Amino acid sequence: MIASLSAAWRRIVALVGKEFLALLKDKKSRFVLIGPPIIQLLVFGYAATFDLNHVPYALYNEDGGAVSRQLAARFAGAPVFDLISTIRRDADIRPLIDDRQARLIVHISPQFSRDLALGKPAPVQLIVDGRNSNSALIVLNYASSIVQQFNADRLQRSGMGGPPVHLEVRAWFNPNLQSRWFLIPGIAGLITLIVTMLVTALSVAREREQGTFDQLLVTPLRPVEILLGKALPGFIIGMFEATVIIALAVFWFDIPLLGSLVTLYTGLALFLLSAIGVGLMISSLAVTQQQGFLGAFLFMVPAVILSGFATPIENMPEAVQYITLIDPLRYFVVILRDVFLEGTPFHLLIPQFWPLALIGTISLSIAGWLFRHRMY
Amino acid sequence: MNAAHLNEGGISAMRLRGLMRKEFLQILRDPSSIAIAFVLPVILLLLFGYGVSLDAKHVPIALVVDEPGAATASFTGSFRHLPYFDPLTLPDMRSAEIAMREGRVEAIVHLRTDFGRKLYQPGGTPVQIIVNGVNANTGRLILGYGSGIWINWLHQYAQINHIHLPASVQVEQRVWFNSELRSRNYLVPGLIAVIMTLIGALLTALVVAREWERGTMEALMATPVTMNEIIIGKMAPYFVLGSGGMLISVGMAVWLFDVPLRGSIWLLFGVAALFLLVALGMGLLISTLARNQFVASQIALIVTFLPAFLLSGFIFEISSMPQVVQIITHIIPARYFVALLQTLFMAGDIWSVIWPNALALAVMALIFLVLVRRISRKRLD
Repeated sequence: MIASLSAAWRRIVALVGKEFLALLKDKKSRFVLIGPPIIQLLVFGYAATFDLNHVPYALYNEDGGAVSRQLAARFAGAPVFDLISTIRRDADIRPLIDDRQARLIVHISPQFSRDLALGKPAPVQLIVDGRNSNSALIVLNYASSIVQQFNADRLQRSGMGGPPVHLEVRAWFNPNLQSRWFLIPGIAGLITLIVTMLVTALSVAREREQGTFDQLLVTPLRPVEILLGKALPGFIIGMFEATVIIALAVFWFDIPLLGSLVTLYTGLALFLLSAIGVGLMISSLAVTQQQGFLGAFLFMVPAVILSGFATPIENMPEAVQYITLIDPLRYFVVILRDVFLEGTPFHLLIPQFWPLALIGTISLSIAGWLFRHRMY
Repeated sequence: MNAAHLNEGGISAMRLRGLMRKEFLQILRDPSSIAIAFVLPVILLLLFGYGVSLDAKHVPIALVVDEPGAATASFTGSFRHLPYFDPLTLPDMRSAEIAMREGRVEAIVHLRTDFGRKLYQPGGTPVQIIVNGVNANTGRLILGYGSGIWINWLHQYAQINHIHLPASVQVEQRVWFNSELRSRNYLVPGLIAVIMTLIGALLTALVVAREWERGTMEALMATPVTMNEIIIGKMAPYFVLGSGGMLISVGMAVWLFDVPLRGSIWLLFGVAALFLLVALGMGLLISTLARNQFVASQIALIVTFLPAFLLSGFIFEISSMPQVVQIITHIIPARYFVALLQTLFMAGDIWSVIWPNALALAVMALIFLVLVRRISRKRLD
């Protein structure tokens, strides 16, 4: 029993060694495995943010009274907005927006000061470019909060000791509401998925294309051993890359890592298991590397979109929300964000752990079965 | 036929037809390329059209009222009738905190014990709004909506109780090109750029590398086929595939998702063809340089797909990125195509946007094709 186990172990180690040789044999392959994930995290880490800054806007103040100038000063002083021009005619609005020179026009009408003095509500018109509706929404939100702050301050100064109800706002877990804190753990998950999928999705397909898989099947290696031999390199590479990425997130981007590393790595190991399972399943269905690669792609793109990495899952229609349940990245993104930002303890993440283990077990079993049963 | 002949680069219609036929057969016999060209766009468009929305609507929030009364009821009532929130009344802050940690609510609105009393005293009473900051975007939207509700309530309250409040400035918003702020209207056109990148660059990245890997490239070189014919023979079938993908995407965008197409359709297809040339050129360049399908697929993913997704201005605003990253986006062809698509779909034929972006694409197409041609020649010598 022990002798046969150790023989099996030797066979698996030999296969893993061969897999690593195939992956790392030439300089180009070594580079594409190690360089790009790091570059990606750095570039995308900086690129991916929903926080807007330096939003170009134009001011169109037809009023000129003291109050309107105070309001205009609020916009000029906001770090989010950059004043690019002051306009004097209606006709100037359109070209500024059309050319995307200004994303926002703050238009104060001629009766503005008079209305306020009479105690009537005075409108300020905000014109935004809706071509990117998400940015438009955020710009409107920033601009409205400037106006609301202006109103609140006017109430405060009105001499009755302030409004009867005032707001105290607070953001937990991310006090400055930086979307980078939210997105970088997601990007770490995304890059880990891509690396692992590519390593595993091409591994069986390459052997099929070159005809060496049949040779592998007639060796004493049993399907389980082939499965382990094919899965382990992906696991080791995934662990290594994820560790580098997590270190970068913490030490380079200063994302707080509040939770325990044990919880994080439990999630990572289970996630790698499921990603490798899906990758090997695709790979054993594919006959050529192109099929393996494109198959991995057909899986990865929806997996990324449905993971809640950039857009919240709660906003998706119910039917789509059900589909996200089979997406391993969905669970891993939750684990990453919770462990990083909220310091969620191990037991609260068990609802995320078991689906990953289930997806991994099922997909690995299918892959192992396909090794023997899909023949050409 | 000697190498000198290969470098001449003449084109024979018969040889070209033969090559293209071979390439088409290869595409038709491999379901994966058809899937990428036609199935993936449909899946992606359906997912983005129906599945993805950045708008915050029906956000679950917890209302915690320490001491319910008429005043608190009128305040919490104003949270109930809006599409932005799905309020859930919880008995105390402890349970609200647990709900927030478990992700059942995204925000807590807390009215303290003395709300009803302090309302009538100078200094007033605070209302606490706590948002889960993990998703900063949603968090900020919730705070924005919340303070809007507060201002409105305040004015109603003042009116009913005959309290004089100074008149307030009211925001009147006008959203041009997309008045309902449907995120679909901008996601779907942007997605077309991602799809075109996929078909153009990813598929072609593999085709030349495959010939090298299998040794059929050398066999091809022993034939009278010229390098120009090989390049055109590789590009034309994928150009057709890409155009098919474009037609499907535009059709779905307009008829299924009701995205307005305000610009001219000819301009749209014109710039799409230009972009397709750039993408095909990139794919061929990667393929020729890598000569190995694994390396080619990795590079294609890294330099084409992910930048098209994250650096093109499709989801994340370019002007908000750090300066260095903004400079990098200038070499991402999808950036120009996304700007063109969003303008042509939603705003119309605005030439001041179309000219510079189309020009950038044309220059890039030229550079890539010249590079492909040069490198291919060198390798043959």
